[in-house]
Parts: sequence; structure tokens; C-alpha cells
Amino acid sequence: MKVLVPVKRVIDYNVKAKVKADGSGVDLANVKMSMNPFDEIAVEEAIRLKEAGTAEEVIVVSVGVKQAQETLRTALAMGADRAILVVAADDVHNDIEPLAVAKILKAIVDEEQPKLVIAGKQAIDNDMNAAGQMLAALLGWGQATFASELTLDGDAATVTREVDGGLQTITVGLPAIVTADLRLNEPRYASLPNIMKAKKKPLDEKTAADYGVDVSPRLEVVKTTEPPVRSAGIMVESVDELVSKLKEKGVV
Amino acid sequence: MAVLLLAEVNSGELALDATAKAVSAAKPLGDVTVLCAGASAAAAGEAASKIDGVAKVLVAEGDSLGHRLAEVTADLIVSLAGDYSHICAPATTDAKNIMPRVAALLDVMVISDASAVLDAETFERPVYAGNAIQTVKSKDEKKVITFRTSTFDAAGDGGSARVDTIDVPAASGLSEWVEDKVAESDRPELTSAGIVVSGGRGVGSQEDFALIEQLADKLGAAVGASRAAVDSGYAPNDWQVGQTGKVVAPELYVAVGISGAIQHLAGMKDSKIIVAINKDEEAPIFQVADFGLVGDLFTVVPDLIEKL
Ligand SMILES: Cc1cc2nc3c(=O)[nH]c(=O)nc-3n(C[C@H](O)[C@H](O)[C@H](O)COP(=O)(O)OP(=O)(O)OC[C@H]3O[C@@H](n4cnc5c(N)ncnc54)[C@H](O)[C@@H]3O)c2cc1C
Ligand SMILES: Nc1ncnc2c1ncn2[C@@H]1O[C@H](COP(=O)(O)O)[C@@H](O)[C@H]1O
Repeated sequence: MKVLVPVKRVIDYNVKAKVKADGSGVDLANVKMSMNPFDEIAVEEAIRLKEAGTAEEVIVVSVGVKQAQETLRTALAMGADRAILVVAADDVHNDIEPLAVAKILKAIVDEEQPKLVIAGKQAIDNDMNAAGQMLAALLGWGQATFASELTLDGDAATVTREVDGGLQTITVGLPAIVTADLRLNEPRYASLPNIMKAKKKPLDEKTAADYGVDVSPRLEVVKTTEPPVRSAGIMVESVDELVSKLKEKGVV
Repeated sequence: MAVLLLAEVNSGELALDATAKAVSAAKPLGDVTVLCAGASAAAAGEAASKIDGVAKVLVAEGDSLGHRLAEVTADLIVSLAGDYSHICAPATTDAKNIMPRVAALLDVMVISDASAVLDAETFERPVYAGNAIQTVKSKDEKKVITFRTSTFDAAGDGGSARVDTIDVPAASGLSEWVEDKVAESDRPELTSAGIVVSGGRGVGSQEDFALIEQLADKLGAAVGASRAAVDSGYAPNDWQVGQTGKVVAPELYVAVGISGAIQHLAGMKDSKIIVAINKDEEAPIFQVADFGLVGDLFTVVPDLIEKL
């Protein structure tokens, strides 16, 4: 079976986003960009399915600016077989919404017929946590989100999900969408020889128009502001001082 | 305008705090109808009818709705959607699973984790791990929203809304529940607690995490953890605070042996008072702390427990 993994190019998780002074957005010029960490985990899981003989082919897809091909090359270097880049924006500041991403992914799923899509649970830039669930809805497939454990067994997947109360285990019939949470696995680093090999793996370039999807946003970003800053605190010298400060504040 | 609000119902019981916070977020948008769905939901419906500002309660009770599987719950909400301009829920893991599915079925975007309501179509939401706040204006005909509960005050009680029972869709057949592993605890719930004590990698082991729990119990607090502490097996996953864990804003947050990565700060920097205990005076957590104490947690915390 084929496994499809959507991967998003986002600001590197180690970089603190800076809001532009004119309130028009977050400054992404000359900022380090990487694969969304949850998507690295999704790619890793798909590759492990291939290594276990469960999956035959791992296809990675990215929607966004042309530079997302770097992200796809990273996924190919990790071990994915083939990549599809869907160019849908020409400016890195133009984020494609999960609904439009899901529509493009649906068109690709219709073409490629994977039995499993493993997405990340959330993109760390827009923090939406939506594209996987939306794709499942558009396809009429079952969904197993926030996965910390995945086992495939014939025509079903058993998934342990991280939920507010603890852990929930469900089975979902294939084809299905799984979204990866942080503890699903620890993604590998691509080795240098594999990075070289990845350069020769197929990477198809498409546009949103090829799939007939309108990517214009439904949510107009009116402005982007800095969160309120906390006023500077103080360092206390001892536990006694800490206790008396907290008593002063009336919180203990 | 009318609002449909999916209540948080766990094993038949209404999660009052989360639901009441979402009610106060939704109230400016129109008359609020609360939907209580589950294998058993009647008692939750009764409880929801008493929340101040609730206009009506719908109880959908049936086996297919047990365990809040996304597919059937989304189908139920979509079948009701015609009557409402806004469909919303508190941003719990259940709602984050269900509401994007609802939105896509209605061909609208979801507005995840809204932290303020400016008008019927304009909302604020944190992005980039809370390092920026976006104001978004929805052009969709219906708005599907999850509300970040930590930024809204819970609606009070004193309501007496009518409770109607509605039909339940059949199971979707797409997914099936197997089991829940839910930790029972007498401590306050993390997202509604007045005080939270969290431990990080610095605590060093699951055994030593007991120290964090003792401090929490002394303060009547909930216990939280950093991702590193959860990944290392010191604490269960549902204690994780942060960008991808729970978002808390208690009166007092005590961070012990936590460095203060942006992803952790995303989940706690709106706390009223932050205390940081860390042996590294350069730790970034001190930049958001009201009171910082540099020291070894293994001497500081026992001392603190004694002196409180
Ligand atoms: C996509 C993504 C999502 C993430 N989401 C989250 C999230 O939701 N929540 C979260 O917390 N993290 C999250 N992280 C992880 C985050 O980046 C950090 O790795 C994590 O928060 C670090 O945890 P920590 O502070 O406990 O550990 P460390 O950074 O290792 O810090 C340990 C601290 O303990 C101190 N210490 C050690 N020994 C002692 C002692 N004896 N006494 C006192 N102090 C001591 C050290 O000085 C140090 O500051 C996420 C990361 C990614 C990539
Ligand atoms: N532009 C994109 N290109 C490829 N995959 C995406 C894109 N946006 C979102 N995804 C996938 O959907 C997941 C959830 O994203 P989001 O709903 O934006 O939080 C991500 O972890 C990716 O797997």
C-alpha cells in the first residue's frame, strides 16, 4: 500500500517569531525554516511502515511556496520515495489555510489512492490543528488524531491517542487519516549519503490550479500584534523571601 | 444570530468549567444552545441548563455517541447546523478532533483556539506558540470556532434553560473505541486549577517527581509537566503544559527544573504570578517569572514545602 505524508515548511521551532512593526504579520525574511516537527514524526512513521514491509511507497506532499522543495528533499533524504510540490503561493508570508490544503490533498489522494495518510497534528506556525481532520471529512474517511502509537493490522489501524484525560485507543478502518503527536516516535536524521541520493528521487511540481482548488483565504488576517509583555519580575535570595513575597500577594 | 455550542461531556458528566467558559465566550454572538452528546448525556444536559446565559439545551443520548468519536459527533453537529450562524466548543482535545471535521463538511474554515471575540465575524487567536496574536475576520457564512478557555471567565449559574432531547445518528462504522486510560486523581483539574506546580527535566526521575506532587498537594494545586518530563516518563502525557499540551492561566504557576522553552511558555505565560526555581541563573524561564529563585530544587523544594 501507499502512504501519503503532507509536510509543511515552517519557521524553525528554535526561532522565536517576531511580529513586524507595522502589524502586517510575522517577519519570515531571513529566518531559518524547517520541516514542521510533527511532520518529521509523520514521515518517520511512514518510513518505518515501509521498512517493516507494511507499506510499499511513501509519498510526501507540500503545499506552499517553491522553497518547500527543500522540505520535500529533507523528507526524501529521510527515506520517502517520491515527492509532490504544489506551488500555491509566491510569498512566504502567504500561508495556505488548512481547508485549501485539505482540498488539494484530497485531489492527490483521489489520484494516488493511498490507504493511509499520516499528517502532523498541528503546524507550529498557524497552530491550527485542522488539516488532517478536514481531509478526513472531505474524503469521508475515518480519523485517528494525536497518535502516540500506531499499529496496522490488515484493513484497520489501531491508534493510541493523546487526549486531555490521558490516553484513548481506537481502531479505524483503512483507508484512514492519522495525525502524529510528539511521542509517536523519534525521527531520524538524514545521513549525508541519503541526502545525496535524495537529490535524484522524483519530485513533481504542480500548482493549486492543476487541482482546481481556490486557495484564497477564508480568514482575512486583519492584523498581527505582539502578545502583552510581562513586566519584569525580581530574583529572590531565599525560600523565606519567596514565601513572604507570595504571602504578600495573597496567593498562598 | 444563534450559536450552537458543543459541551464537553466526559463519561456522562458535564465538564462545567470548560463549558461555562465557552458559554461566556459565545454569549456576545447570539442565543446559545448547548449540545450535550454522549452514551449518557441527560445529567450533563441538566447541569448545562443551569449555566447562566444558556438559552436552550439539546441532549443527544445514544450508544453511537459514546467516547465522542469524531465522525459520528461531527455528523450530528452538521445535521443541526442549518439553524445556527456560529458553531463552537471549548478547545479541548475532543473539540479539536471534531470541529475541523465539522468545518470541512460545511466548507468553511475553522477558527482554532480563539482567545477573544471582537464581533460576530472577527476573532483573535494566538499563533507561533503565542508569540503573535492574529486578528482574523471570517468571510465564511457560518463560523466554526474553538475557544481557548484559559482566556475567558466561566459563566456563572442561575440559568434555567429548556432541555430538549434530539435524535441520534447511527454509528459511522469508520472508527471504533477500544479503551481509555484515564488517570484518576483527587487533585484539581489542570486547566481550571487556581495553582499549578510543574516539574521539568531537572527533576530527573519519576521517583523524584513525587517532590513536585508533594509541593502541589501542600498548595492544593494541580500538577503539570514540561514535554521533556513527559517524554522521559517522569509524568503522564495529560500533565503536559505548552504549545501542544494544555494551556493554563492560574493565579500562581510554579515552574521547577524547567528551562522555559518557547513551547512551554506558550502554555503558561498568561498565569497571574509565575515562580521559577532553577539552578541555572541564565534559564529563560526567569525572563517571564515574577519571582525567580536560583538553587537546587532538591534543597529548595523540601524547604519550601516545610515553610508554606
Ligand atoms: C513541536 C514541538 C512542540 C513542543 N511542545 C511542547 C509543549 O507543549 N510543552 C513543553 O513543555 N515543551 C514542548 N516542546 C519541547 C520544548 O522545546 C523543550 O524541549 C522542553 O520544554 C524542555 O523541557 P524542560 O524545560 O523540562 O527541559 P530542559 O530544557 O532540559 O531544562 C531543564 C532545566 O532544569 C534545570 N535543572 C536541572 N537540574 C536542576 C536541579 N537539580 N535544580 C534546579 N534546576 C535544575 C536546568 O538548569 C534546566 O534549565 C515542544 C517541542 C517541539 C519541537
Ligand atoms: N501547506 C501545507 N503543506 C503540506 N502539509 C500541510 C500544509 N499545511 C498543513 N499541512 C499538514 O497538516 C498538518 C496540520 O496542519 P494545520 O492544520 O495547519 O495545523 C501539518 O502537520 C501537515 O502535516
